[in-house]
Amino acid sequence: MPEEADLRDISRSEIIELNLGPHHPSTHGVFRAVVELDGEMVVDVVPHLGYLHRGYEKTCENKHYHQVIPLAERCDYMGASSNSLCYCLTLEKMLDVEVPERAQVIRVIMAELSRIFSHLFWLGTHGHDVGAMTPLFYMLREREEIMNLFELTAGGRLMPNYMRIGGLIRDLEEGFVERLQSFTEHFDRRVDEYETLLTKNAIYMDRTKGIGVLPLEEAIALGASGPMIRGSGLAWDIRKSEPYSGYEQYQFDVPVETGCDVYSRYLVRVAEMRQSNRILKQAIDRLPEGPIRAASPGVVFPPQEEIYTKMESLIHHFMLVVEGLKPLVGEYYQTIESARGEMGCYLVSDGGSKPYRLKWRAPAFVNLETLARMSRGYFFADLIAILSSIDIVLAEVDR
Amino acid sequence: MNQESIGEKLLAKFGPDVIRTAVTFRDQVAVTVAKERILDVCKFLKEDPELAFNFLSFVAGVDRYPETPRFEVVYQLYSLKRNHRFRIKALVEESEPGSAVIDSVASIWPTANWHERETAEMFGMTFRNHPDPRKLLLPEDWTCHPLRKDFPLYGTDEDTPDLRSKAGSQGI
Amino acid sequence: MGIERHLNDTVHVTNLEWFVNWARKSSMWPLGFGLACCALEMIATFVSRYDLSRFGMEVARPSPRHADLMIVSGTASKKMLPAILRIYEQMAEPRWVIAMGACACTGGIYKNYAVVQGIDRWLPVDVYIPGCPPRPESLLDGILQLHAKVMKEQSIHNPRVTNIKVAGR
Repeated sequence: MPEEADLRDISRSEIIELNLGPHHPSTHGVFRAVVELDGEMVVDVVPHLGYLHRGYEKTCENKHYHQVIPLAERCDYMGASSNSLCYCLTLEKMLDVEVPERAQVIRVIMAELSRIFSHLFWLGTHGHDVGAMTPLFYMLREREEIMNLFELTAGGRLMPNYMRIGGLIRDLEEGFVERLQSFTEHFDRRVDEYETLLTKNAIYMDRTKGIGVLPLEEAIALGASGPMIRGSGLAWDIRKSEPYSGYEQYQFDVPVETGCDVYSRYLVRVAEMRQSNRILKQAIDRLPEGPIRAASPGVVFPPQEEIYTKMESLIHHFMLVVEGLKPLVGEYYQTIESARGEMGCYLVSDGGSKPYRLKWRAPAFVNLETLARMSRGYFFADLIAILSSIDIVLAEVDR
Repeated sequence: MNQESIGEKLLAKFGPDVIRTAVTFRDQVAVTVAKERILDVCKFLKEDPELAFNFLSFVAGVDRYPETPRFEVVYQLYSLKRNHRFRIKALVEESEPGSAVIDSVASIWPTANWHERETAEMFGMTFRNHPDPRKLLLPEDWTCHPLRKDFPLYGTDEDTPDLRSKAGSQGI
Repeated sequence: MGIERHLNDTVHVTNLEWFVNWARKSSMWPLGFGLACCALEMIATFVSRYDLSRFGMEVARPSPRHADLMIVSGTASKKMLPAILRIYEQMAEPRWVIAMGACACTGGIYKNYAVVQGIDRWLPVDVYIPGCPPRPESLLDGILQLHAKVMKEQSIHNPRVTNIKVAGR
């Protein structure tokens, strides 16, 4: 009968539009995506951003240069010290201020601790997204130890606000180096523990190998940097190609994988944690004595003791706090290798005490553009794994 | 290659009508380019084997109010092969509201897509031939351009209210 | 002497209101609502060093229908506000709100066009916890103060109905 034949032949397929977020346990923050699904296969992903847009760039235009430092730290709240490092380096280049050796080594320590801090959280939440809930609790234990170290520097567990233009705010506390030493000694074994949980785990490999492939040419065209591009085969690390803050004096490898998938990015990040530990050990050995802030009156805060004894220091301090420092007219772009990739600060100065324009090149913002390219044709469950492998921090994406 | 020689190579290829000024500050050079030829200049920068700028770090806008031309669009480039950086800028005037237009470079560097969307909504500029000209970070029904110099930091109750209307029209 | 001695070991005497309040505060389920940096300190409160599970609260539900307590941790941007209100509406009574961090209390360091200057403009906040971000001990202190507040509520005589019509309708 014609009707029966018609009924058997009807296979109607529609594209379902599914709204993911902004409140969702797996999106690592307030991220919203409209996913077009054909059954379980992803046809397209359209991200909708801006749910954490806090007007960072406009606010910075109304603050003195020193007042921007805590604002900058809250941009990438996973590794807060690397943000203030990038900003302070930009200002130091613009003002032509040379940071003393001890401050440079301590800055490297803070930057590497921030990198480990960020990668640990990524590891825990990525494992949680894929289904492995154990690494989350292990790495939160590790992060408490690092937060103790941050607290020893300047009092803040998450945002220490330790860096200043020209150096650091104060010298290291009494027990810091010993604590850091014991941390670096046992951290390698901890990373081995995490690897036994995931690296050769058959379920994890099934869920992540061959998923979310981003070929190298497309990664470059879409502006991906950091572990995204190192997982696709290019050994590009700004610490090696354009070194800053004394990184050329340290010996470390740049881990590269050629798989271009979620698994390769996982391997790259775990290897980076080991290399950061290596840098930390070298930094502890290398730590010299000396001042922790450049002596550049008019732009850098004078040492605390001198304010109470010398008149000029008091006046300089007063002018810096009330009026702020005034760089020359000009613009500069400084990049660092943050945990997510190329983080940059483009600063335009008009000679006044507030930035004329501050543009923050956030790596997570640019890396997130690759999401649509990487998820087409995979299952919806893989989309969550792919999203977590990009390692986004919404405060940086939305600024 | 060092940045000044890149600037000189550009000047030799395009001439002083297109390559207007070059400013050196500390060790970085920023070259101002005529906005009508921005696509040709960018294509040359990407495809020339000595320059090979295949990575676009960002596209940003700067509001120079009350100077004219009002806007500046900044392109920061990096060459992965040669490990050198460069910055080019284009000045865009706004004679009446909505007339700040410049070509989009998303056809040359696909990463410019989101950068240009953000610059367009924050400053009120238009990028010709952009593949996806929608708002990126601001709520869809806002019509203001916050990063302009004459826009107040705190916003205004008409332009930037907490909730647009009672019925949640922001389309969650 | 008398009835007290007979009842002591087997019967617990109280009033219904106290009992209901005690049950509510002893297993208040938070909604996992981390917006920004304060969410990291909230997560740190959940794990073994500061251990929120000793208060019966480690069951952080992602769905607002299952949750009692909304800890708004982080900056509420104006684009996110309708979503926050819609989620609050979906929570079942009785429900409480904690504003954690400077951004949720008053807008924090972001006094500009894009940030709601305190979610108490739109939600009935029970406890404000200042800090940027507040230490996990501060969050625990705030939660304990909320528990004390719940114990003092007149849940039977004067039930807590937040007649707030949010997000229209």
